[in-house]
Parts: sequence; structure tokens; C-alpha cells
Amino acid sequence: MDELTSVFIQEGREQLQALESGLLQLEQNPEDHDNINGIFRAAHTIKGASGVIECHFIESFMHKVENVLDRLRNAEIGVSAELTGVLLRACDHLAQLMDVLESGATEPEPFVLAAGERLIGELAAYLPTAPTGIVEAESEVEASGGGVVNTDSWHISVRFGPHMLRGGMDPLSFIRFLGSLGEIVAIETLADGMPDAAEMDPEACYLGFEIRLQTRAGKADIERVFDFCSDDCDLRILPPNSKFAEYVKLIRELPEDDMRLGEILVRCGAITEAELEAGLKLQHAPAPDASLPSLGDPPKPLGEILVENKVIQKEVIDAAVTKQTQVNEKKAVEARLIRVQADKLDQLIDLVGELVIAGASTNLLAQRSGQGELVESTSILSRLVEDIRDSALQLRMVQIGETFNRFNRVVRDVSRELGKEIDLQISGGETELDKSVVEKIGDPLMHLVRNSIDHGIEAGDLRESRGKPRRGTVVLNAFHDSGSIVIEVGDDGGGLPRDKILHKAIDKGLVPAGQNLSDQEIINLIWEPGFSTAEQVTNLSGRGVGMDVVRKNIQNLRGNCDVSSEEGKGTTFTIRLPLTLAIIDGFLVSVGKSSYVIPLDMVIECIELREGGADRDYLNLRGEVLPFVRLRDMFDIAGRRPARENVVVVQYAGQKAGIVVDQLMGEFQTVIKPLSSIFRHLRGIGGSTILGSGEVALILDVPTLIQRNIASGNQLQQARRLQLGNTSL
Amino acid sequence: MAGRLSITENMTIYQALAQKQQLIDALSQFPGLELDLSQVGEIDTAGLQLLILAKREASRLGKALQIVAHSPAVRETMDFCNLASQFGDPVVITAHEQG
Repeated sequence: MDELTSVFIQEGREQLQALESGLLQLEQNPEDHDNINGIFRAAHTIKGASGVIECHFIESFMHKVENVLDRLRNAEIGVSAELTGVLLRACDHLAQLMDVLESGATEPEPFVLAAGERLIGELAAYLPTAPTGIVEAESEVEASGGGVVNTDSWHISVRFGPHMLRGGMDPLSFIRFLGSLGEIVAIETLADGMPDAAEMDPEACYLGFEIRLQTRAGKADIERVFDFCSDDCDLRILPPNSKFAEYVKLIRELPEDDMRLGEILVRCGAITEAELEAGLKLQHAPAPDASLPSLGDPPKPLGEILVENKVIQKEVIDAAVTKQTQVNEKKAVEARLIRVQADKLDQLIDLVGELVIAGASTNLLAQRSGQGELVESTSILSRLVEDIRDSALQLRMVQIGETFNRFNRVVRDVSRELGKEIDLQISGGETELDKSVVEKIGDPLMHLVRNSIDHGIEAGDLRESRGKPRRGTVVLNAFHDSGSIVIEVGDDGGGLPRDKILHKAIDKGLVPAGQNLSDQEIINLIWEPGFSTAEQVTNLSGRGVGMDVVRKNIQNLRGNCDVSSEEGKGTTFTIRLPLTLAIIDGFLVSVGKSSYVIPLDMVIECIELREGGADRDYLNLRGEVLPFVRLRDMFDIAGRRPARENVVVVQYAGQKAGIVVDQLMGEFQTVIKPLSSIFRHLRGIGGSTILGSGEVALILDVPTLIQRNIASGNQLQQARRLQLGNTSL
Repeated sequence: MAGRLSITENMTIYQALAQKQQLIDALSQFPGLELDLSQVGEIDTAGLQLLILAKREASRLGKALQIVAHSPAVRETMDFCNLASQFGDPVVITAHEQG
């Protein structure tokens, strides 16, 4: 695939997304004219760009869509649920066509084409029997004799400035290049600006051209031809099918004598003689001496006369003006963004990773050497490396909002299908996380959102009988929390039915009947493989491949997910993900001769382990029970316990735990090297890293360690509470 | 009696200054002028402008200026700019050019 096509696909998809979100907004707010313009702009851009890369199946389809949008924009048709529905399906079809283009096929499969035809048929219902709004307007001013008019061409009117030639540019070569965009149907050369021989400077340029160009290119492409000399030429472009009045306006604006220019336009087929006569007559009628407008009353502007006489439609001019401003706006946005290939970025991150390791080693050597100046300079260096690391990682960060916004469509479609009324509330869309994580989180999120709509939110009548607003709400929220990003998917529906879950789990043999389970334990049964509570299997969810797959996907991203639910009030799923997958700030500890890294974000404090606690696996932290693990025991490390051990207090997802180690070594920037797949099943180790000395240190997987301890901690706490209760009685 | 002027170099911005003088001088010197452009290898906007100027100047002075021979480059440029009919000179297309 050539570069142009891949750029088109990328930008086309962005436009498509804009189109889709615009349509969704339109449903909520049908009166928003800016939005309608935005929708039209997006569709128009896709059409124009597909023409440039000569992808005709997209171009012709978008042409039909654009026609409908154009009528919408001109308020010729109203917004209705059916209309947005068919337009949204047109978006889907367009996405399909883009996939076809991306796959390198020259033509879509027949069934895709057939689907497109059906959509076009549906769209045609919104079009007048005569093709489009613009053409319809055309019939008001009929070409009544006086030459052949080729209305389907662009009209380009250009006057070159005097300095062109001296600047080393040949106007003719621009015109010739214009020919590469399409076919120059007619051209007229104007030398009216040239003075008499005595004053004529042979090195100055006096020429102008009136050109009829037949092309698929858009206005921006035509303008681009003249980019090099845009400061030094006067360029006017009229789109195909321009109103005759536009030409009159052009005649008026250009320096040449009106009559002469009019004739030239007639000659190149832009307007007919009869039209010209009528237009000019109107202008001259009120003030016969039009050449001396400063004496007498100034003649009424031609535009006004024409508007009064209904020859001209204001919208046509407005359209041209908006089009021009849009082009400028787009340029401004493009200037602020640079497209970089993702693998270049990955390479940079890799290099920064190596830099971090090398920097750590230099630091170590400097400290050993004991030279104050060297230590100072390496510490400055390592601070800079840290900054570089942060900015490099920042480059990969993207806002999650874009992913969230995709769900607007999902919620709309699914809720329609189920006949439920549901709003989607999005917050925290500006929260950033690593691009690779964003890409992989879409599927699990989709499943959770669909679950909320399908199983969570009750039908409208039921909601009302429960005293809740008829419209249900699904909430997507994201925020940062101690080195993780937290994504919440919540609903205000019926909550998870505990009895039903338990019943079903017993049916499926997931738990033995009669076992005493806490509420949370029952809720957590939904994560078990093969569990689905839907009473009827819909095509949305409830096929029994569900929550366990979601959980697994999230765990693959080194994250985890929890569910909390209150019956009758709603359910919230909470996903926790690491911010980045590559480099972290670590806290280096050692046990015996081995070194371990604990992610610094999770470390709360370090305390000394007192002798008294030597045999227990919990301690009293300011009145709280803090369960801990001894790394020495857990990893079966040889050697005696030192006289003084330390406890690193870590926190994850609101749970605290202690990790007992021999020595605390301090902060350490860590490049995470994944463990080979042989060690995949190791619990408690999240990866490895290389120390400045060249030794390998293992990175502790704190969430697993904590989970290991939570159970025992909870039991202890409960036991303690019971004890306290007893004593107070 | 008409004079004849052959331009044997390119008609571009580099020659424009000298050629303008040459053309104006020739026009004032003779009652009519025949212009032979068959040797012009290259013509740009500046050259084209000079031809337009010469034509206009001739009609102002009431003299006849006829381009009697076109080089392919001149003819192509005139065609491209749709000036051939305006100039009204017979354009001869030689047989081998057509092939």
C-alpha cells in the first residue's frame, strides 16, 4: 500500500470517528448547527480525500451520504431517529470499505457492495427526486441560449503579481501543473494589466488567466498548486456548479473592465451571454454612468440586486466562505501535531531503558570512587536521565477519552436493541495511560459495558416501580491512583443477584451446596469460568464466555479487576492497570545475597521489625493489624536472619501488607525485563531488572503478595474484632 | 515595405529586457513587421508577454505585425494559453512534427 493510501486510511478513520460522534450528538441535540456543519465537513473531507487517492468505491458512496448531509445542513430535511440510524449504519459501512481498501483489494466483496446499495437506497428517501439541493437551485437560473456552458468544472481566476518573474517563478508552469490535477477544459489569457510599451517592464508579470478545470481534486488541492506564489498572486476559485451570481461577483471583484471580463467568461464557457447581459444590465440600470461611481449615488452593489431578484442564494456564498475557513483551521491543527511511527517510539523507549541501566552503573562506580565532584556530576546526569525517561514515556501516553467515546455508539445501539433507555456518563477521559494498554483494554471494557446494559440496567417499567428514574445510567470513569490507572464501569441497575448467583454456582458445581460464603465471595463467583446468569441468551452477552475472559485479559496487562455490587442499586467494576509496561521507579531491598525491587509507587513506609514479632506473621502497626510475608521464608533463601530485619509496608487497591527483608537499599530506576515464558507460572515475581553492578534483581509482584496475605489478615482482623466484642460485653 | 525580424534565441525572462527593445525598435523602424520565431527553443511567461505587447503596440500604431513562423515551443505555449486565435497568425504545422 502506498503512503498516500495509508495516510488516507488513518485520517479517514479519524474523520469517521468525528462523523460518528457528531451523529450521536445530533440525536441528543438536533438543533446544534455547528455540529451539523462538523458532520458535513467530516463526510466531505473523506469524500475529497478518497477522490485524491482514486478510491472510487468510497468516493461514490460518500457522495450519496454527503448529499443527504447537505440537505440536512440546509434544513431541507429534519433530524429524525431513522435518519441518524441510517447515517450511523452508513458510517459502519464506510468503516468496512476502509477495511477493504486497507486489505489492498481493488473492489469490495459483492455482499459488501450489496449492503452499500441497500444503504444508498435508504438514503435516497431523504433526497429530492431531482438529485441534490445545489442542482435543484440551478434550475432557477436557466441557461437561455448564447453558448455552451460547462458547469461541472472548477473556475479558477488568477492574476499574477508583478514580482513573479523576477522571483524566478514562471506563472505558466503553475498553470501547466494545474493540468496534472485534471483536464483544463478552457483557458483565457488576460494581458489587460499590461501598460503601454513605454512603461512596460519586460521583467514584470502582468498576466492573468481564467481557467476552467475539470478535476476530482478539492479546492484545497487547487490552492496548493499556487502555494508557492500565494503571496504574489490573486487567486479566486469557484467550485463546479457555481451559481451564475458567483461569476458576476467574480467579474466585479477583478480589476479588468466588467464587460470585457464577462466576455472572457462567456468564451471559456463559464456563463452564457444572456446571463451576462442580464446581470450587467441590472447593475447598470440604477446609475447609468457606472464608470464614474464617485459622482452621483453609488450604484447598488450587484450582490444586493441579485439577492433581491432572487437570482443569487446567500447560502451559496456562505458555503464558499466556510469552506475556505475550514481549510485554514485544518492547517492550523496539522501544524501542532506530528505523526510518528509507533515502532520509532518503541525504539526510543528501549534506548532510554538502556540509558537508565547504564546510568545506574555509572552512579554506582562514582559512589565507590569516593570522588565528590564525580558523584555530583553523575547525580545531575541521573536526574536528567530520569527526566528523559519521563518525557519519553509521556510520548506513549494517550488519553483514554477516545476509547471511552467509542462506547457512546455501543450504548446507543445496544440499548435501542433491548428497548431500554440508557445514558452513558463519561468522566476522567483526560486520564492518560500507555498506548499499548489502551489498545488492549477496549475488548474487556466492551464486555463490561455490554454486561451492564444487558444484565445490569432493568427495563424502564421495572425501574419506575423501584422508584428509580426511567432512564438508566452507565458510568465510565478513569483516574490515577498510586502508579496505577483505575477504570470504573458502573451502572445504576439491579445489582448482582446474590441468591441467583449462588444457586447457579451450586447448579454448575462451582461451589458445594450448603457452604457458607460471604456476600463478596458470592459476587466473586461471576469470575469463574463458564458462569453466566442471563436467563435468556441474547446475542449481546450471556454466552457464558464472559467474566473469566475479561479477568484474564486484564491480568495479562498486569492489572486486576474487582466488582462491587449492591442489590437494587447497581454494580461497579473496577479495573486497575499499571501506568506503563516498561520502566518504573523501584525500591531496592536485599535478603541474604539477593536483591529485589518493589515498585516505589506501592511503598508507603519502612519500619523496623521488633524482636517480639519474630514468630508471628502479622504485626501491630499503630493499632492496625498488618499481615506480612518474610521474603526469606517465601523464597527459601539460605543464611541466617540478621539481627535487625526491616518491614516495607506496601499498599495496593486499598489493602496494606508488610514485606520483611534484611536490608533497605534505597530508590532505584528499574527497566522491567519480562521473565521468559518458562517462569510464567511463578507467583510473586513480576519481572527482572539489571542492577548497576550487572547483577540481576527480581521485581516483586506486590498485588499477588498482598492477595496471599489478605485472607489471613482478614481472618485475624475478624477474630480480633470478635475478641474485642467479647471483652466489651 | 515590411521588415523581418528573426529571433534566434530563447524568449525567457533572461532575454526579455533586450528583446523588448529589439521588438519596439523594429516596429518603429518599419511600416509592418514579420516575426520569425522558428528558432525559439524555449518561451516562458515573459516571452509570451512580449509577444502580446508587440501585437498590441502594432495595432496602436496602425501597423501590421505578423508572426510568420512558430517554433514548436512557441506554438505549444500559444495553444496552451489559447492565444493563437487572438493573434490571428497562420500557424504552419510541418509534416514531421505531426507524426
